[in-house]
Amino acid sequence: MTFVELREITNSYCLDRVNLQVPDGELLVLMGPTGSGKTTLLNVIAGLEEYRGSVLFDGRPVDGTAPGRRNIGYLFQGNNLFPHMDVYSNIAFGLKVRGAGSAEIAERVEKLMDMFEISGLRNRFPAGLSGGERQRVALARALAISPDVLLLDEPTNSLDYRTSRRLRAEFRKWQKRLGITTVYVTHDCSEAEQMADRIAVMEQGRIVRTGRPEDILRFFAETEDMA
Amino acid sequence: MAVNKRSKPLSGLVCLAPAGVLLLTWEALACWKGSPLFPPFSAVARQFYALLVTQGSLWPHLAVSLGRVTAGFVLGSAAGLLAGVLIGWNRLAAVSLGPLVSIFYPIPALGWIPLLMIWVGLNEALPVLIVFICCFFPVLYNTVSGIRSVDVGQIRAARTLGASELQILCRVVLPLSLPSIFTGLRLEAGMAWRAIIAAEMIAVPTGIGVLMMKAESLILVDAIMVCMAVLSLMCFAFEKAIGYFEQKYTRWLEGRP
Repeated sequence: MTFVELREITNSYCLDRVNLQVPDGELLVLMGPTGSGKTTLLNVIAGLEEYRGSVLFDGRPVDGTAPGRRNIGYLFQGNNLFPHMDVYSNIAFGLKVRGAGSAEIAERVEKLMDMFEISGLRNRFPAGLSGGERQRVALARALAISPDVLLLDEPTNSLDYRTSRRLRAEFRKWQKRLGITTVYVTHDCSEAEQMADRIAVMEQGRIVRTGRPEDILRFFAETEDMA
Repeated sequence: MAVNKRSKPLSGLVCLAPAGVLLLTWEALACWKGSPLFPPFSAVARQFYALLVTQGSLWPHLAVSLGRVTAGFVLGSAAGLLAGVLIGWNRLAAVSLGPLVSIFYPIPALGWIPLLMIWVGLNEALPVLIVFICCFFPVLYNTVSGIRSVDVGQIRAARTLGASELQILCRVVLPLSLPSIFTGLRLEAGMAWRAIIAAEMIAVPTGIGVLMMKAESLILVDAIMVCMAVLSLMCFAFEKAIGYFEQKYTRWLEGRP
């Protein structure tokens, strides 16, 4: 488990002096309107965007560390499963490129497929999966490398309401079970309420408010009433 | 299901009917005209049988042409693939080599023949080089285009999972570029045969192209038509072979295991 800290994160086109702390094992929901910088902030944590300021894991700066060495599990918006690999190979990819042995890979992948109830899909390609199945595979792939931090970018965005609700509950259950520090992006208030230990609200590249879900949602309700 | 069962023979009929009508019209017109310059289909078929079975004189020429096309195709495609990967994946190579490729690409493969006749001479290397040039540029272009069309999200996902740049290229980018690369290969499989015939007609003493020129000098129209039919069959076979590998290595596009 890892304590994530962002200090004065700024980049040229989106983020403006963002400061944020995510304690060990917490699921922080990052909310905000489209274009507020949520995805860019996840990319900064993952090392995929250039930035000024500092990202620290357990107090150690990881700036300049390549994305693959930050040990992050990232579920991208649209999941980005590799379309030319079957489910098994998708999940095994991170372990293979890190040089894990085939026995270790098989054991880990089988365990994850059991956990996410996707064992029956092992030989299927992403094009033949439903939206919910794809997200499960993508999450299994992100977790296969035993990441220290998990980043989820609107993981239920493209799903129907029922699948989305069920998957959220499962995500939450898995996250609690693994105790992994997680940053979860959404712009949906009900999703944020269902998932969050804490919510951070972004607007125009800045964190404008952080707090417990009930406080943040009450604040939203009050400001809406006032408007 | 019943619709499918009925539609298969129907679609076969739709495919074959125009060819059948063409052959019958050809036969009727040629018999009616009775000119040696326009032999009927039956005479061409007899000549086809003679050249391939009873005399077998077409086989050595076909073998030589096949060897040249295969050598030129494999070497040209491999070189085009390597250059395409370099230009598609490396920004410096794209900036430095891209303009050079743009200069040479518009020159048709056959346009190189006069220059190559002087530089290389009239020997086996010439037709192979023509096929090489014919295949090199389209495969290069399709490889570059395939690599550039790979979703940057896939590359980011691989990077986050810990893949090195070489691993990203070999395990993600190249496999995802295969549909585009195969399109180039399939097109060039046919073009290579068209180019070799032209090169053989001009530059070397053996091959299907030479056989066609000999038949032309003796006004053996049926033999010319046999060579054309063989050429067409070889183009078709090459394209089908590439199509087979394309389907095998890009079946993930349809989500089939």
